Amino acid sequence: MIVDVQKVTKWFGDEPARTYALRDVSFDVDFGEMLYIVGPSGSGKTTLLSVISGILRPNAGSVIVDGKDIWTLDSDALADFRLHEVGFVFQDYHLFPRLTVVENIAVPLILRRVDWDDSLQKARTVLGVVGLEDKADLPPQKLSGGEQQRVAIARAIVAEPDLLILDEPTASLDGDTGKKILAFVKSNILNERRAIIVVTHDERIYEYASRIVHMEDGRVTDHTGVG
Amino acid sequence: MNGRLRLALKLLLSDRGKFATLVIGITFSVFLMMLMTSMFFGIIQHSAANIINVGAKMWVMDPDVQTPQNAIPMPDYVLDAVRSIPGVEYAMPLYVGSGLVHLNNGSYQAATVVGLDDATLFGRPNLIQGKIVDIYRNDGFIVVDDGNYAKLDSPKIGTTFEINDHRGVITGIARVSIGGLFGLPTLYTTYTRATQDLPSTRYLTSFILVQPKSDGDVGPIEGAVKKLGYLAVTDQQFVQRNDRFYEFQTALGTNILIMTLISFIVGLSIAGETFYMFVLDNLERFGALKAIGAKGGELVQMIFFQSLVVGFLGFGLGVLLSSALIAFGKFRIPNYAAVITYQNLLLALGMVLVISVFSAYLGIRKVIRIDPFSVFRG
Repeated sequence: MIVDVQKVTKWFGDEPARTYALRDVSFDVDFGEMLYIVGPSGSGKTTLLSVISGILRPNAGSVIVDGKDIWTLDSDALADFRLHEVGFVFQDYHLFPRLTVVENIAVPLILRRVDWDDSLQKARTVLGVVGLEDKADLPPQKLSGGEQQRVAIARAIVAEPDLLILDEPTASLDGDTGKKILAFVKSNILNERRAIIVVTHDERIYEYASRIVHMEDGRVTDHTGVG
Repeated sequence: MNGRLRLALKLLLSDRGKFATLVIGITFSVFLMMLMTSMFFGIIQHSAANIINVGAKMWVMDPDVQTPQNAIPMPDYVLDAVRSIPGVEYAMPLYVGSGLVHLNNGSYQAATVVGLDDATLFGRPNLIQGKIVDIYRNDGFIVVDDGNYAKLDSPKIGTTFEINDHRGVITGIARVSIGGLFGLPTLYTTYTRATQDLPSTRYLTSFILVQPKSDGDVGPIEGAVKKLGYLAVTDQQFVQRNDRFYEFQTALGTNILIMTLISFIVGLSIAGETFYMFVLDNLERFGALKAIGAKGGELVQMIFFQSLVVGFLGFGLGVLLSSALIAFGKFRIPNYAAVITYQNLLLALGMVLVISVFSAYLGIRKVIRIDPFSVFRG
């Protein structure tokens, strides 16, 4: 098991205007698994993703990743945890428009103090994995949405994290491209030493999930095994 | 270079519009600050020209004298009294005044006249033409070849003129290290001739130049002269006294200070606002870096680096631009009173550092507060 979420509760604001985003959420994720967290807008999916990835501190409960209770760590250790253990693919990609594709991919390595040239070399290798070798020196805005998504995925895996987090990966893509991306992730990125958590409400890509956690009003309402 | 700093540099350089605005803003600010302070230091230096050019170790004067241009003549007995002070190796009189020179072309030109002690010529300038002994001719004058030399119609050895209706002849041409402030040509002659040819008050000695036997004698000489009712200062103290006069008793220092502050505020405003806008534009990216795993301290380091790069670049360009303008000014106007010293370089550098740190602080406040959770909100 790579992720173990136990009774996580998160609220925003003070009484009496307190809003509960998560209530007693518990589930786990195994290595080699592609877990989907699905639900309508406002169900707490993104909040849960932030809590699991060490960005948003829960008010109660624990999150154990790779055997570490991450919310017992201080802020610098949490930053190190995110840098070394987690790869992020943000909904809006958040690529640096004025860096080249390969430089964008190298960012996590640069933050890990890997030498600049070594980082770019490794980034070029990973760019090959996502099939964009010929776009290495372009700025990301010259790429299509699907290609930008692949660059974001390459950036997320370049430091070889155990846990990959994809936030609404198809939100900015058309149906076909979205499906192709998820098929690619499942066949090329997922392996037995890695787990992937995908937050989505796009039913068209459910077929690629290993398991689906349904959420509503901050609660887990159902677990569905897909295959 | 550290990879994170290189990343910071790339982010900075890639936003060309803001980068250019930042550099131009700081360059302009440094240019103005350098120009203002260089003019100030130049004026101060030129105003102290007589002190520097004469080169005496100590000067005795009336206590109300603030600058070498405004001497209050002292009676002759003061010279004898100073010579009798223990610790004084020798003491010579110096006359500083002005006369009206009637040139051969019929025009008139005011000139500063320095009268040197007849016996020793102590404080004489370096001759580049002529023989020093010719100053003892009964009409001999040495002219200084500085920025104001041409105002006397660029005289040669043997050129005659009239000064206060007395005949004068150029017997030597000299160079001094610093030209005077007020745009007047300078003539050197003997003390006797200067006091004879130029109208004067009852007392004649403008200054007494003193050579102490040793550095340890300076204090006792100052004390002894004070008991006489006069003031003895070292050349450095006289330069400082002159500086203070121009800084605090004329509008010059205040005006230059105000202009320098305005230049600083202009630079601070342009750089501060532009850098803040740069950080705001990149806030999402800084948030993404934070989410990926950059620590707060690392982001602070990156922002400081960016602001310092802009600051140093602007400083370099500003110094280059002001140096070029001052060099051009000196080329066109030989007596142009502006000088770049290490003090005004340090002052401008200090102000640029304040601008850089302030600009970085504005950005850092924003970046430190950014919640990486916002990156997930899209």
